[in-house]
Amino acid sequence: MPEDRPDQDSRPSPDALLQAAAQEKRGRLNVFLGAAPGVGKTYAMLEAAHVRQREGVDVVVGVVETHGREETAFLLRGLEQLPQRRVAYRDRVFNELDLDEVLKRRPQLVLVDELAHTNVPGSRHEKRYQDIEEIRAAGIDVYTALNIQHLESLNDVVAQITRVKVRETVPDSVLAQADSIEVVDIAPEDLIKRLKEGKVYVPDQAARAVHHFFAPGNLTALRELALRKAADQVDNQMLSYMQSHAIAGPWPTRDRIMACISPSPLMPRLVRTARRIAERRRAPWIVLYVETPAHDRLSDEEKTQINRALTLAEEFGAEVVTVASGNVPAEIIRQARQRNVTEIVVARSHRSRLVNRLRGTLTDRLVELGDGINIHVITGSPEAESWLDVMRARLASMSLDGLVLATAVSLAATGLVKLAEPWLPASSVPLLILMAVLLCALRYGYAAAVLSSVLTVLGYNFLFLPPLYTFTIANAENIYIFFVFLAVALITSNLTARIRAQAEAARIREARTASLYDFSRMVTGAAGEDDILWAVVHHVAALAKAQSLVLMPDQGAGAERLIIRAAYPPEDQIDDKAKIAAAWAWEKGEQAGRGTGTLPSSDWLFLPLRTAERRLGALGIRFADDRPPLGPDERRLLDALAGQAALAIERSLLNRDVEEARVSAETEKLRSALLSSISHDLRTPLASIIGGVSSLMNFDSRLDAQGRGELLQTVRDEAERLNRFVGNLLDMTRIEAGAMQPKLDWVDPEDLVATAVKRAAALTHGHDIRIDAAPDLPLLRVDYILIEQVLINLLDNAAKYSPKGSPVDVRLRRERDRILLTVTDSGSGIPPAELEQVFDMFYRVKAGDRQVAGTGLGLSICRSILKAHGGDIRAESPVAEGQTGKSPGTRMIVTLPIEEQPALPGDDRAAEEQMPHG
Amino acid sequence: MADGAKILVIDDEPQIRRYLRVSLEAHDFHILEAAGGQEGLRLAALEKPDLVVLDLGLPDMDGQAVIARLREWSAVPVVVLSVRADEADKIAALDAGADDYVTKPFGTGELLARIRAALRHTVGSSTGQAVFETGGLRVDLEKRQVSLRGAPVKLSPKEYDLLKLLVQHAGKVLTHQFILRQVWGPAHESDVQYLRVFARQLRQKIETDAAQPKLLLTEPGVGYRLAME
Repeated sequence: MPEDRPDQDSRPSPDALLQAAAQEKRGRLNVFLGAAPGVGKTYAMLEAAHVRQREGVDVVVGVVETHGREETAFLLRGLEQLPQRRVAYRDRVFNELDLDEVLKRRPQLVLVDELAHTNVPGSRHEKRYQDIEEIRAAGIDVYTALNIQHLESLNDVVAQITRVKVRETVPDSVLAQADSIEVVDIAPEDLIKRLKEGKVYVPDQAARAVHHFFAPGNLTALRELALRKAADQVDNQMLSYMQSHAIAGPWPTRDRIMACISPSPLMPRLVRTARRIAERRRAPWIVLYVETPAHDRLSDEEKTQINRALTLAEEFGAEVVTVASGNVPAEIIRQARQRNVTEIVVARSHRSRLVNRLRGTLTDRLVELGDGINIHVITGSPEAESWLDVMRARLASMSLDGLVLATAVSLAATGLVKLAEPWLPASSVPLLILMAVLLCALRYGYAAAVLSSVLTVLGYNFLFLPPLYTFTIANAENIYIFFVFLAVALITSNLTARIRAQAEAARIREARTASLYDFSRMVTGAAGEDDILWAVVHHVAALAKAQSLVLMPDQGAGAERLIIRAAYPPEDQIDDKAKIAAAWAWEKGEQAGRGTGTLPSSDWLFLPLRTAERRLGALGIRFADDRPPLGPDERRLLDALAGQAALAIERSLLNRDVEEARVSAETEKLRSALLSSISHDLRTPLASIIGGVSSLMNFDSRLDAQGRGELLQTVRDEAERLNRFVGNLLDMTRIEAGAMQPKLDWVDPEDLVATAVKRAAALTHGHDIRIDAAPDLPLLRVDYILIEQVLINLLDNAAKYSPKGSPVDVRLRRERDRILLTVTDSGSGIPPAELEQVFDMFYRVKAGDRQVAGTGLGLSICRSILKAHGGDIRAESPVAEGQTGKSPGTRMIVTLPIEEQPALPGDDRAAEEQMPHG
Repeated sequence: MADGAKILVIDDEPQIRRYLRVSLEAHDFHILEAAGGQEGLRLAALEKPDLVVLDLGLPDMDGQAVIARLREWSAVPVVVLSVRADEADKIAALDAGADDYVTKPFGTGELLARIRAALRHTVGSSTGQAVFETGGLRVDLEKRQVSLRGAPVKLSPKEYDLLKLLVQHAGKVLTHQFILRQVWGPAHESDVQYLRVFARQLRQKIETDAAQPKLLLTEPGVGYRLAME
């Protein structure tokens, strides 16, 4: 709709608003920016802090370097100073900002000097600006100071101006995020004066550069850089303000910058330049690396150059893209078109001028292909791109064995052809020799192919071209043949070697894909969480040729602490540093540990295990010490593995959730059965009790002695029943809660039966309980109270389910290594199909409409108790033997193990003496 | 002087206190009531009751602590009311100085028997009654003679020691530990199996039907008691 247009135009940009919202919760960052050391940044910062303190702000000093300057030290007075962390490193003690102390103290504003400072190895973060990030994330404002020469993107420029290369750098993004920048500015002449007065602290190592550094021209240039940077920042803030307030303005066109990485020492400059261009244009930028089949042939140094460049780009906030292709220029242009790139930045090729002539430079090809795309070419100083160094590095990475074998094969082949020459047509000789060259190219690679070409050509000349056995060539035709042979040998061998390299690269890629596929199959096939974790560590360890482990939060301990859940090779402990790195990866969802920006001194690299839904834990990898840093390919593979692993683990967690839901539904069912049972079994005896007692209270005069007695008996019996029921409920609760721990003690089974029968007397009222115990039964090691409970339950059941007046038999027997205790009644019995079910909770035999009070709890409790004693209980019905009545009856058979009998006092009876009879 | 004695009931449940007051006053006891441990201790000091009935589960202080405080200055017999699940509590109360216990819920007859045993113990123990008789069993402590319905019973020295200890505390519960310490010495305090074997042997000699003992009664999880008529 047309009327939508203006509305859309004046709508604030969501990105800008989001950023503003994030900024609001974070602590504010105020940077005191200086052009050079000694301009008085720290002094200005402390002055500002005093002003804030007078305003009532809670200010503390995290770390401030006075460099022995009195004015500065004077200003420190009256400000609270936090204790610093003393760290010993290489026999020296360093004072470092105590990050935890700051976070614990939680001031409103903290002063942290020297933004570019690098922490002592072993600190939580490698760089101080990372410490500051964390402080700000906690909502604490930070004042800090920075010299312009430490800014990453200006690093090279400053080095060119001053010839002093600063090693400690701060990513531009840190300064870009600053809420305000105060330029601490003094005129170069004044600074030089201060230097002469000794008021400028100069680090020892820079002393010799000082003279040059503090030249008026340099200082003016640095001053301009600092002021321009600050102005840029103001510009950015203005832009951001305009965006978030939907002020229409002259927007810059959406440029897109793409930097192309290649193995070259120029890479850091390439990345920084691209960053500067992107920043100036306020354009998004991309860093692209096209991995060619030749990538695997690169020397370690070259690989490192590429990795560093990619890491640097990531640090700068570029979008980093790595693609695989054989044709670099075409791929670059393809990617550029796909992403609407307007400018491409490349480094000048370091290949020799000759090769460039022959094959054309990358730049030429890009210019040719990239219609409408601007190409920037970075050039370097001559020593930085000496191709000889590069070739030397490449040669160093070649295998000497391949060259030796290639020499042997070439010479042997030439010799053999010479021997066979009489039987061969002359025209086939060079072709046969060429075969040897191809073989070398195929087997031993590019360098071997070139060597083989040269050797065979020389051999051909020596053995076949007249004059024979000399390296001279007589006639012009043969010279022509010689060169054609050489050209053919070089070209074919080169082609073959390239095919080989591509095949090799394809094989490696194929192996990686297969490995990833294997992994996903293995992990998908794994049944439980533990199996998955095991598969993960096993596979990662095999793939990365390193030790691997998975950490996940401890389920029990409030999910605060990570514990090792699986490791291969097995490991149950990691040091504190690794633990912190793991926690970092887990909590922040970023890589931490070795080779990353956080805790790089740890032995372990930790990758976060997370899905869109939840943070699951961390995957740790410990490489052998001498291993070069990971390449982009390996990193990608590891990331993919971590992603797969996280998905698999989440799947198993979801399975567990589903299982838990099922169990809880089951529990719910049980609970409702319990409730209905309670309402029935509590109310039935209560009805008898209340009814009986109210009769006695209200109609006492109408009752005769017998009626009164019967009512009283009923009240008492039912109260006893209620008591048993409550007891059973309590027992069941205890069993369910896992709190039933038998207190084992030696018990005389006969005594136990006698006591139980006595206690059950009120329940078995009206039944004749007959006890039959075998003599000399061994002692049992059981919980007296619990086993007595079992017996009382059985007696209660026997009485309940058999007719009044019928006998109940209790028998105690020994059978091999166990005691058999049976309780037999002559009731209606249990249907055969339900003999096992009676031990389920809330089971009750339905006997028509004859509902007998009591719950299905009793027998289930009995079984739990007996199982806890290593015994068991089963039911028999109809009773097999010893039953005289006509009804089937029920026999409950309890078995309890007989343990090794305890030591008893010496046979007392042997020492029996005649009692003194007075 | 058992009947007419002054009994202090310490229990926080008013309905239990009412039941105890009515039932015990019907047997001519004089009843004092306290709803908590502090109040109970104060009444015990002021009124000097002949016996205390103490509920272990009090709201203001632990029942064990009440016994301990009471025992600092008084030897008054204490009968504890407890729930069935707490055998350890009962033993702890007995160790702390309680004389006996009754498990809730209980019948009036059972409580009366405990109260009488505890009262009689304080009254008659020091006089050292030489001859004890119950349910056909006759024990003459002076002459070390035991007979069942007139027929002499031969006991081994340890069996006799055990019986003598039970007779001296007739009607009262004795914990396993106490019996073992007295009869076998402190080294055997936890050898409950000794007691099980000797109780069985003793029952075979002094009970009419060892399978259904009427004299030497087992208190599950706590100890033994010699029944009184």
